[in-house]
Amino acid sequence: MSASTLGPSRTAIPGAIKDEAVARALGRRRHRTNLLVKTLCVSATLIGLALLASILFTLLWRGLGGLSLTVFTTNTKPPGSNGGLLNAIVGTLIQTGIGTLIGTPIGLMVGTYLAEYSQGSAISNVIRFVSDVLLSAPSILIGLFVYQLLVEPMGGFSGIAGSLALAVLVIPIVVRTTEDMLRLIPATLREAAIGLGAPKWKVVTLICYRAALDGIVTGVLLAVARIAGETAPLLFTSLGNLNWSVALDKPMASLPVTIYQYAGSAFDDWVQLAWTAALLITVSVLAINITARVALRRRT
Amino acid sequence: MSSTMRDQQAAGEQRGMGAQGQSSAGFGGVQARSGASINVPRIAIRDLDFFYGSNRALKQVRLDLPERQVTGMIGPSGCGKSTLLRVLNRMYDMYPGQRAEGEVMMDGTNIISPGVDLNALRARIGMVFQKPTPFPMTVYENIAFGVKLHERLSRAAMDERVEWSLTRAALWGEVKDRLQSSAMGLSGGQQQRLCIARTIAVRPEVILLDEPTSALDPISTLKVEELIDELKHDFTIAIVTHNMQQAARCADQVAFFYLGEMVEVAPAVQLFTAPKERRTQEYITGRFG
Repeated sequence: MSASTLGPSRTAIPGAIKDEAVARALGRRRHRTNLLVKTLCVSATLIGLALLASILFTLLWRGLGGLSLTVFTTNTKPPGSNGGLLNAIVGTLIQTGIGTLIGTPIGLMVGTYLAEYSQGSAISNVIRFVSDVLLSAPSILIGLFVYQLLVEPMGGFSGIAGSLALAVLVIPIVVRTTEDMLRLIPATLREAAIGLGAPKWKVVTLICYRAALDGIVTGVLLAVARIAGETAPLLFTSLGNLNWSVALDKPMASLPVTIYQYAGSAFDDWVQLAWTAALLITVSVLAINITARVALRRRT
Repeated sequence: MSSTMRDQQAAGEQRGMGAQGQSSAGFGGVQARSGASINVPRIAIRDLDFFYGSNRALKQVRLDLPERQVTGMIGPSGCGKSTLLRVLNRMYDMYPGQRAEGEVMMDGTNIISPGVDLNALRARIGMVFQKPTPFPMTVYENIAFGVKLHERLSRAAMDERVEWSLTRAALWGEVKDRLQSSAMGLSGGQQQRLCIARTIAVRPEVILLDEPTSALDPISTLKVEELIDELKHDFTIAIVTHNMQQAARCADQVAFFYLGEMVEVAPAVQLFTAPKERRTQEYITGRFG
């Protein structure tokens, strides 16, 4: 078919004389390779999706059974006394909240420095590298770091130490998204504002932040989603607390640590609560992620 | 309040009655296009060199921007005409490794010397870019943003300024009912006129236009060109364009740039009908570029 579209003059090109049999053989081979690659990709995707679906399904199956009002109104109690998760839920909200409040402004400022002020200097490359390393550092190391920094000097585990460990996790995420989002803003927008006689800080705060707002908020939401489920940094910092406590200088309960403690226990009602706690975290994180993605799509 | 009123009045009068304006008003505008006269220079560029790192993008440029006239800058891509605009409002200062040497005199000051207050300079020399660059805020705020940087106006005076600048930019009729909606929702042509309005709202003395219509449709282009014709009564204008017809239509004098050199400057009619330089001749007849 394609051979007929080549005019007679084209056949004068050296090596351009087309052998139909060779072309068909090559075509079949391409077709086979394509099919193989496609099959591999689709099966890999299916495996990944199946694992996720299985996790989600198991969580719903096991978790929903234990979901009741008591879970939200009662503190964790000894086995067999119909306890809930109230203190763990509140503890997670407090530590995640404080961690985000501390980590976000720092991350925002570092990201702003990298995108707006550093102008490709050597030090900025170092900062970016360190931040990226922090982004993928095992979170248990961050727990140990805060343990040395705060728990030892303070003489005990505390909610504030947990919050701080989570803040350390927030920083690199916010740095990365803030820098990326600010870099997406066209230079002409900055030049337009500079051209009106605006000082740099006003260009950044009044123009760039506004232009990148959705993206930056998305980054913060993703950071919240990440730290809400973190267990390792809290084990060495806020430890967990079986009783009601919102004091920041005392050990504080949290959902992930409660899951860790309950899931491995020998008591059926604790194990059930662990499933329920896992379901709560997963659904919350999923909701935050979806919100963040919807916000990002609205932007792009 | 009273001081802002005075400011506003002064804004109108300054243009028409300034000392320099008076002396040049008599033989400006109308005659200039026929090539008879060129006003006194508002900006005088002498022996200007510009470097992107070690790459010399402007070579010993010498050019006058006459008071309240339109200077067109033409030349093939990379000839340095946009670079020259970016020197005039020191935009290049944002980027390390870019530097200018020479003289750009305005009111007895060399504006490329280190001590110059850049924010004040940019309030006097406004710039409009190739692509419309509305800020992500309302139409009203887009105008007010620049004004607030340099003046403290009452709400009423600001309203007045917004209306004034949008009217001057021939946009008021189209946006007066949507001042509080986002500027991103305007059409490309409207956005570009908004950018012009935003620039004149600061009441600059000089307006730099960097290919202001290359991203616009023909109707919007026509509107912007009419606007330029109208604005030159009050502002000194420099326009970079790839469109020689546009230069012929809008400019009083036209400067031809080639490989970083200002090859020839002459009244528009003269440059396009009887250029002195062979390179100019070849460019305007389409032999290169």
